[in-house]
Amino acid sequence: MSAALEVEDLLFAYGPRRVLDRVSLAIQKGEMIGVLGPNGSGKTTLLKILSGVLAARGAVRLAGRPIEAYSRNELSRIIAVVPQESEIHFPFTAAEIVLMARASHHERLALEGAADLDAARRSMAATDTESLADRWVHELSGGEKQRVMIARALAQEAEILLMDEPAAFLDLKHQLGVFDLMRRLNRERKLTVVAALHDLNLAALFFPRLVLLENGRIHRDGAPEEVLTEDTIRQVYGVEVRVERPEPQRRPHIFIRP
Amino acid sequence: MIAVNGALLALLAASLLACALIGPVAIDLKRALADFFSPDAEILFRARLPRVLLGAAIGGGMAACGVVLQAMLRNPLACPQMLGVSGGASLGGILGMIFFPHWLLPLAGGLLGEVSWVPLAAFLGALLSMGLVYRLALFHGRLHPYHLLLTGVIFNSFVAALIMFLNSIVDFYQAQGLLFWLMGNLSTRAYPTVAFIAAYIAAGFLWLWSHGLRFNLITLGEEAALQLGVEVASVERQAFVATSLMIGAMVSVSGMIGFVGLMVPHVMRLLVGSDHRLLLPASFLAGAIFLCWADTLARVLLAPAELPVGIVTAFFGGPFFIYLLYREGRRLPV
Repeated sequence: MSAALEVEDLLFAYGPRRVLDRVSLAIQKGEMIGVLGPNGSGKTTLLKILSGVLAARGAVRLAGRPIEAYSRNELSRIIAVVPQESEIHFPFTAAEIVLMARASHHERLALEGAADLDAARRSMAATDTESLADRWVHELSGGEKQRVMIARALAQEAEILLMDEPAAFLDLKHQLGVFDLMRRLNRERKLTVVAALHDLNLAALFFPRLVLLENGRIHRDGAPEEVLTEDTIRQVYGVEVRVERPEPQRRPHIFIRP
Repeated sequence: MIAVNGALLALLAASLLACALIGPVAIDLKRALADFFSPDAEILFRARLPRVLLGAAIGGGMAACGVVLQAMLRNPLACPQMLGVSGGASLGGILGMIFFPHWLLPLAGGLLGEVSWVPLAAFLGALLSMGLVYRLALFHGRLHPYHLLLTGVIFNSFVAALIMFLNSIVDFYQAQGLLFWLMGNLSTRAYPTVAFIAAYIAAGFLWLWSHGLRFNLITLGEEAALQLGVEVASVERQAFVATSLMIGAMVSVSGMIGFVGLMVPHVMRLLVGSDHRLLLPASFLAGAIFLCWADTLARVLLAPAELPVGIVTAFFGGPFFIYLLYREGRRLPV
């Protein structure tokens, strides 16, 4: 059986700088993968290539077929993306932004139907954004806007969810809320999740598989206890830390040594 | 939201009638309807109505193009004058007026009379400049908004210099005529011409409207639009060609009437929001209403002389727009 999403020997460069250097990765259906690495290690570029908006040398296969063989419309029903930043130049309400996820689900000239409204409502409820529905998106705080973007991605009802720093602007409660939701959707609906993350401890708690990038290469790929060790963190981040595995989950937890 | 469009439609119908009745010569609607050969009917149906209808079509078309260009270039300051085509059309028209001022074009083999060939020269200029700007702004199969904006603006300033050069070498009377045309003005044209132009603009508008949902997504930026299922490069190319063809034809007929395409979309966004499925028809109707009244003012303010309507749109549009930005600016994202 072919992997849900698979890349092989990816090469990507901005000018002379290699951002991704021979990256190969197979993502199985229903996996939940955290992509880690310092700034500029290639996380965002990898996610953009996985979602098909950046073309790179090497192969990207979605369910065994080259990603270029899909139309944008087909892709948007399989892969949903929560971008790192979103630019909104015109006044749209949060509900309008979430409903945009449904553009590829209904006829071009039709207004949104009951199924579309229902998908939007459910995803807004799940992300605690119902109360923001009629607010202008450009007037929301960073965290509120981020949750609206997550709601939009969920409303696409795709099989694969790619997220770039989904927790960046969120407060502690909403960070946990988002990761809990991901884990629930992953278990209940077999949603495949790939997220670029900075918080190593949250990554270790919620993601059974971690991929650690260093200068465009995969430094380590495996379970949290294999990836997050004092050695790897020293090698990749250049920082001395202490790693413990507290009860009850026994997932690695990183303590900074000042 | 649909109610807003209904109200605008009713307002447009009322405006068409009112504007056709207002003019330097007072006319009586009852008499005009009762006796088709009365002077009242002659003025209403032959002189005023075709001009009012033409104004409505062009105002609507300009506003709709403004909406789409602002979405496509993700720039709330974009307007129809920004695409190189408006400069190209002006230059074509000016060349036609200078070198072949007396050429007339027979319509349907002369059966429908003859028309000035200036609009045709202008439209040719528009087509040529559209091809040129398209070539210059296309990189790797994409019309990048940034390139398109720069190319259009620079092309237009270059053409403006050429036009000023031509304007300074022709004689005084000709220069007056050129200036009047450049400021944008409407004039009475035969019904077949008006019908043709209106149908052309309507076809362009319907095409743009049918892509309304995609323009919503395109305002979110290229990557977001791609990820939500829009073939961005292809929609952008088609939208550029469609708006260019519309703007080229409108400038050819009426010169560059400014402000409608910049201002109306903003006012309508404040009123109905940014969903292009509603914003496009609302802007079309509001643009039509606005230009109807602006042209009526242009006809009566200095009667029996006429002002170029472009002066009226800028004169009333400018301060109103500044006031609106000042009052509503907080609600805008930029």
